[in-house]
Formats: sequence, C-alpha cells, structure tokens
Amino acid sequence: MSHIAHHNVRPAEAAPGAGVGQKEAIAVAGLHISRGRTKILRGLDFTVDAGQITGLLGPSGSGKTTLMRAIVGVQRITAGSIDVLGLPAGSAPLRNDVGYVTQGASVYGDLSVEANVKYFGAMHGATSADAAEAIAAVGLESFAKQKAADLSGGQFSRVSLACALVSHPKLLVLDEPTVGLDPVLRAELWERFTAMAADGTTLLVSSHVMEEASHCSSLLLLRDGLLLAHLTPAELAERGRSDDLEKAFLTMIKTSDRTNLDDGHNESPVAR
Amino acid sequence: MNPRMTLATTTRVLGQLRHDHRSVALILVVPALLLTAVYFLYENETLPPGVPRTFDRVGLMMLAIFPFVVMFLVTSITMLRERTSGTLERLLTTPIHKADLLFGYALAFSIMAALQSVVATAVAYWVFNLDIQGSPGLVVLIAVINAVLGVALGLFCSAFARTEFQAVQFMPVVVVPQILLCGLFVARDHMNDVLDAISGVLPLTFSVDALKEIATNSEATSSMWQDTLVMAGIVLVVLVLASLTLRRQTK
Repeated sequence: MSHIAHHNVRPAEAAPGAGVGQKEAIAVAGLHISRGRTKILRGLDFTVDAGQITGLLGPSGSGKTTLMRAIVGVQRITAGSIDVLGLPAGSAPLRNDVGYVTQGASVYGDLSVEANVKYFGAMHGATSADAAEAIAAVGLESFAKQKAADLSGGQFSRVSLACALVSHPKLLVLDEPTVGLDPVLRAELWERFTAMAADGTTLLVSSHVMEEASHCSSLLLLRDGLLLAHLTPAELAERGRSDDLEKAFLTMIKTSDRTNLDDGHNESPVAR
Repeated sequence: MNPRMTLATTTRVLGQLRHDHRSVALILVVPALLLTAVYFLYENETLPPGVPRTFDRVGLMMLAIFPFVVMFLVTSITMLRERTSGTLERLLTTPIHKADLLFGYALAFSIMAALQSVVATAVAYWVFNLDIQGSPGLVVLIAVINAVLGVALGLFCSAFARTEFQAVQFMPVVVVPQILLCGLFVARDHMNDVLDAISGVLPLTFSVDALKEIATNSEATSSMWQDTLVMAGIVLVVLVLASLTLRRQTK
C-alpha cells in the first residue's frame, strides 16, 4: 500500500479559481485496473485541479498510459471510479471536451497535415480557421499541405497534437508529448501548454523526463501501479533532498522501497 | 448518425486513396484488363447457332465479382491499419458515431466501385459487344451493391486479424467459396444438394441470380429486385455485425 501518498497536498502556487465551473477536473477514487491477470493499477485516489498542468511521472511500466487511457474512457476500469469534468470517464458528453494525444502519433500518414487536422476537427464541428489555428499552434504552417508521413519524427508527432488542439478541449491528456523533440521545440511546447492552462484548459501530461516536471504545477508520481506521491515540484525537491528533480525522484523511490521493506508490507513487484 | 461526420469520413478515405495513385490505377484498370483476357480466352470457341457466347455469361458475372473481391481486400487492410495505428481508438474518443465511420467507409468505397464498374462495363459493352438484354445501368447497380458487400465483410473480418498478413488470409475463407459456389463455374441446378443449399445462403449467389435476370430480360424483373433487396439486407446485417466489433473501451 502507498503509505506515503499524500492525496491532500495541494500545489502551493495554484492559481485559485483558475477556470470554469468546478475546481476538480478529474477525481479518481479507489481505482484498480487489471488486464488479464496483470494488475496494472492497484488502488489510486487523487484529484486533478482544473486549469492547471498536472504532470504524471514514473518509470516506464508504472501504469501511466493505462491511467491516461482510463481517464479518456478507452480503458475499462476493474474497480473504483473516475469522474472527469463532473461525469464518469468515457461518458458520451465528454467526447467533445476531452482531447487525447497518444504516445505514438495516431494520425493518417497518407493524408496531408491539413487534411488530418480538418478530419478530426470535423468530429467537433471545427471550422477551417480552427484547423489553421491548431496547425499554427504546433508550428507546422509551412508544412500544412505536406503528407504527414513525409515529415520528420518530431513534426509527425506535432500533427497528432494539432489534431487534439483543433477541438479546443477543456481537458487535454498528453502521453509523452515531448519524446523525440529537440530542446527548442520542447521549450516551445511547454510554453504553449502553460498558455493553455492560463486560458483555463486542464492538462495532464505524462513524461519520464524529470526535468519537465518543473513546468507542472502539481505532480503525480506513479510507481508499479501505485501513487508514490502527489506534490508540487518544490515539495519533490524538498522531500527528495535535491534541486535536481531526477535525483529527488530516485531518492524518493529508494526511501519508499526501504519503508515498505521495514514494514514487511512489500508487495510483490508488478508482473510485466 | 451525423451526416457531417459521415461525409468527413468519406472525404478522408477518398483523400487517402487519392494520394495513392498506384492503387487507384490498379482498382480502375485491372478489372477491364482481366475482362479482356476472358474475352480472348473464349475468342475461338465454336458455338452451335443460337447459343450465346461464353463471354456473355462469364464476362457479365465477372463484372459483379471484381468489385466484391477488390473492395473486400482494400477495406480489410485499410480498417486493420486504422485499428493498429491508433487512429481508430482516437476517433472513438471523439463524438463520432460508429455508424458514421462504417457508412463513411461504405460510401467512399462504393464511389470507387461505381467508377471501377463503369470502366469495366463500358469496356465489356463497347469493346467486346457484351450481349445482354437488360440495361447496363442495372449491371453497375449490382456491381456497386457487391462492392458494399465486400466493404461490409472486410470491415467485419478486420476485427479478427491482428496483422495484414492474417487479414489477407481471410480471402480464401470468405471470398473464394462464394466465387466457387455462386454459379460461375457450375450452374446451381447441377450442384449436389449440400453445395446447392450452401450456395443458396451465400450473398454473392443472389447477385449472380440478379445478373442472370438482367441478361435475359430487357426490363427489370421482380425476381431481380427481390435478389437485390436480399443483398441489401445482408449488407446491412453485416454492417451491424461490423459495428459490434468497434469497441470504445478495451478490457
């Protein structure tokens, strides 16, 4: 069990009343997800504040993608509940409000950038102007007419992001959006995410690059299907006794392993 | 269902094809070439007076069988790619209705099938003087319904294939038996009872029966319309079955 999960910790620099309606964009309670015999998530409780960037961090295999898929409603839940914008995850009305960018870019390689963005936009009644805006937002204006498959890896993954931005979602779930991007682009994307959050969009961004954690106003640290901690980057640095968030995270993992061993509660590692 | 999303899907599928010049050329030209081969195959047959040419019978049936085979293959591969690339999962997180997706596909490939059969039928009529009583428009209609049947079966079968290699293996299972038993090789009244009974429930048989009606009657007969309606019914049932294979959630 996650002795050190601090569900009630709130980000210190949270802008109060950042956006529309309710304060919590996502509320997860008692969440268990198993696939076949493998227990992937083993009891999660947390909330994500609206109008903020929440980072979902953890080693690969820790359950980040499964958690994100459950939040957008494509992964069936074994036990527990997820409420998104006040409705159960996956409810039909949410399909207009939740954007999801998968880890591998899920776009049509044999269509132009513009045709991809317009097609996903059509599902939300988006106009050509919306499509042009989304393409500009990811910096692909000059590639709009090019076939997506002919773009570089980093450009290709930005097409996928544009396809999510075109619907102006209230909640945007991004699975490793900065993988394979150069530092300049990565910085640009984080600026964009910050601007979107300032406009009231809730973002849930997964990453296994700890340096990106500093862009988030709150962090969910996931390990072996359990929530290790829910805290701010500042708190992570403090509790992990290092300003280098990667070191801090490693320290926290070691501490939690030791605590589990000492208590004799050590759960068998999740089967892979 | 939402016409905007259905049409957007049709446009998108056609857009994907448009970038693929080679596939478009193959879809449009190959049936006409094969028809040419069939014509020359029977070129030197000696017929007693009053007996119709074999080309008039076989060529006509091939006009309906091509779109079925081609659209089955094209659809099962396209849909499988949609499933494995993650675009299907992404689409199903949007407000699109499954019917929009399926009918969007069916409409796009029907348009391609209509073009294909117009080319093939025109070649059969004007180049090889295909001799039938009925209207060539009805032949194209049956060809398009066959194409939609191929689309529907392809959408359905793609759910049971994990790779493109597996998807192609469904052709001998789903398509070949229908071609063998539809009456192209052996007339149904010459088959044994078991094969005749199987033939009687296979969708392609209805379209071959409808074509025979078109061949022998100058006006559309009620029997032809009946076969056509049965075909349309089967297509709808298979499309509904295919929609059941599209899940918004995985376990």
